Amino acid sequence: MAELIQLSINGLANGSILALAALGFVIIYKATGVINFAQGQFLAIGAYLVYTGVQVFHLPWPLAILLAMAAGVVIGVSVERFVLRPLVGEQAVAVIMVTIGLAAFLQAVVQLIWGTTPLEFPRFIPAGTITLAGATVPVDRLVAIAVAAVLLTAFSWFFRRSRSGIAMRAVADDQQAALVMGISVRRVFALSWALAAVSAVAGGALVANILGVSGDLAAFGLVVFPVVILGGLDSISGTIVGGAVIGLLMTFTARYVGGGLQTVVPFVVVVLVLLTKPYGLFGQARIERV
Amino acid sequence: MGTATGLYHRSYAEVLALRQTRAEYARLALLGIALAVAPFVLPPVWLRVACQAGIAAIGAIGLNILTGYTGQISLGQGGFLAVGAYTSAIVVTRMDLPTPVGIVAGIALAALVGAFFGLPALRLKGLYLAIATLASQEIVLWVVRNWSAVTGGASSLLVPAPRVLGFPLRSDFAWYWVIVACGAAAALAATNLFRTGIGRAFVAIRDQDIAAQAIGVDIVRYKVLAFAVSSGFVGLAGALTAHYTRTVQWEQFTLDVSVLYVAMIIVGGLGSVAGSIYGAVFMLVLPAGIQQLGTALRDDFPIITEKLPALQHAAFGLVIMLFLIFEPRGLARCWQRVKDYARLWPFRY
Repeated sequence: MAELIQLSINGLANGSILALAALGFVIIYKATGVINFAQGQFLAIGAYLVYTGVQVFHLPWPLAILLAMAAGVVIGVSVERFVLRPLVGEQAVAVIMVTIGLAAFLQAVVQLIWGTTPLEFPRFIPAGTITLAGATVPVDRLVAIAVAAVLLTAFSWFFRRSRSGIAMRAVADDQQAALVMGISVRRVFALSWALAAVSAVAGGALVANILGVSGDLAAFGLVVFPVVILGGLDSISGTIVGGAVIGLLMTFTARYVGGGLQTVVPFVVVVLVLLTKPYGLFGQARIERV
Repeated sequence: MGTATGLYHRSYAEVLALRQTRAEYARLALLGIALAVAPFVLPPVWLRVACQAGIAAIGAIGLNILTGYTGQISLGQGGFLAVGAYTSAIVVTRMDLPTPVGIVAGIALAALVGAFFGLPALRLKGLYLAIATLASQEIVLWVVRNWSAVTGGASSLLVPAPRVLGFPLRSDFAWYWVIVACGAAAALAATNLFRTGIGRAFVAIRDQDIAAQAIGVDIVRYKVLAFAVSSGFVGLAGALTAHYTRTVQWEQFTLDVSVLYVAMIIVGGLGSVAGSIYGAVFMLVLPAGIQQLGTALRDDFPIITEKLPALQHAAFGLVIMLFLIFEPRGLARCWQRVKDYARLWPFRY
């Protein structure tokens, strides 16, 4: 029983990190219809920026995170302006490939600036463990779950209630109709990339706190796909459920089946979901007409 | 030049001819001469790049059939390459069959696996299909890594050099001719494919699949067929890689390779057989060129050696982005513009 709780909490912690990584992805897809393959690199850049703020400039870490978020916003908005905007209306393969190209480019820039050796991340979350119902649970994982829960709730509220959030949903639904209603589609696009960058900095700092900073953080960009496909590409609540399910699935597979099967199980889930319910659990089905 | 006032066809055969003007025949002859002379003048490093580019061109043609002509995005080429390479290597080493048999088996099995992983395309398109093929890539590679009894798992599989007329095929010089012959056959086959009803059905599906269905194109059949044909070409490229490098290892077929192939057809030009070849050559010459440049500058800027992989990577990403933003139709379109300029000179249009 203790082991079950232990595994569940580990799985949920992994899942909440996945959900955080998926959040920026969903924000961009929801508003602009772009699949951002560079989300993992955004995560890595966020972590490196926080690292630089704390280790190199000796800033207190809340300030470092705020500055990293500001830098992330600049990066996100300029990516939208200079890379994605010229491709509005192009076919899907072009939009996918441009973000893949962006991912390769950002990865290389990270390597050029910070090198390839993993760096020790300044821990801002205490490392200890606490005992919960007979299971030892690392504190940082619990904090990760809590931060993810707070951020994800905040973003769902943002999309449901705030003026900008509603404008983003309107643009996602029908760009022309949104334009007619006086919504600036450009501003919404820029805003969505900025928000994605902010969530990436938060997620990156959190992941780096547990795993350390290295270019490998970008690999999270790939594990995100099963999460968003399961939850639905345009659903924030979907990322929570998707993250939890995939996180638990990976942890339990690793423990009870083993053999490296946990790395492939998420992708089997992707194929199954796509074959039976392409829009995921909470995604909005779109009907195509000629 | 005879083309300045337009072409006047007098029969359907002329309309369908692959080459129509004398200029086109002249260019083909020039290309033939260049290909024949190249191995004698190229330095060894570049001859190796030429061989790799030739193999990549075959795979890129395959991917272009699927993505450029049929409009089905695939990020799973690495997986299909792996199927071709491993099948061919295993048939040759474990069953002691001649290399051509292995290559044919590689093509056949890659086509079969491709058709299977193409099944999601019956319900999905665009972004969703890209993710489904991405998943297929991860699944194929996982199988390769873990099915040690057959594939050798994480360690590499060694393949003996194939024998042609009793002589082992080992040097880049000898391989060059084999690869050019295979590449030419693949290019011709792909070009001819799009002169048939099947090819036109593919293009109809790309342009508007629902409309294509409405006018009687059997979407299920042609989508699966497109995946099979495309993966067959990719399987050939994989099999050639296996015998050319004489080792097969799962790291040769990761997601990066799939991305590289998509980059080739984007840089070369979607929906163009010639474009696939330009793209393959460009994407392989680029890192090799940076490598050469880095070696040349090593003494002046010692730091460049350690930064070289990152620089290659950055150039790769930058090229993809710049092409998509400034010339989404790729090198094929650039070349077309050069030809138009020469044809119409001294007028602008």
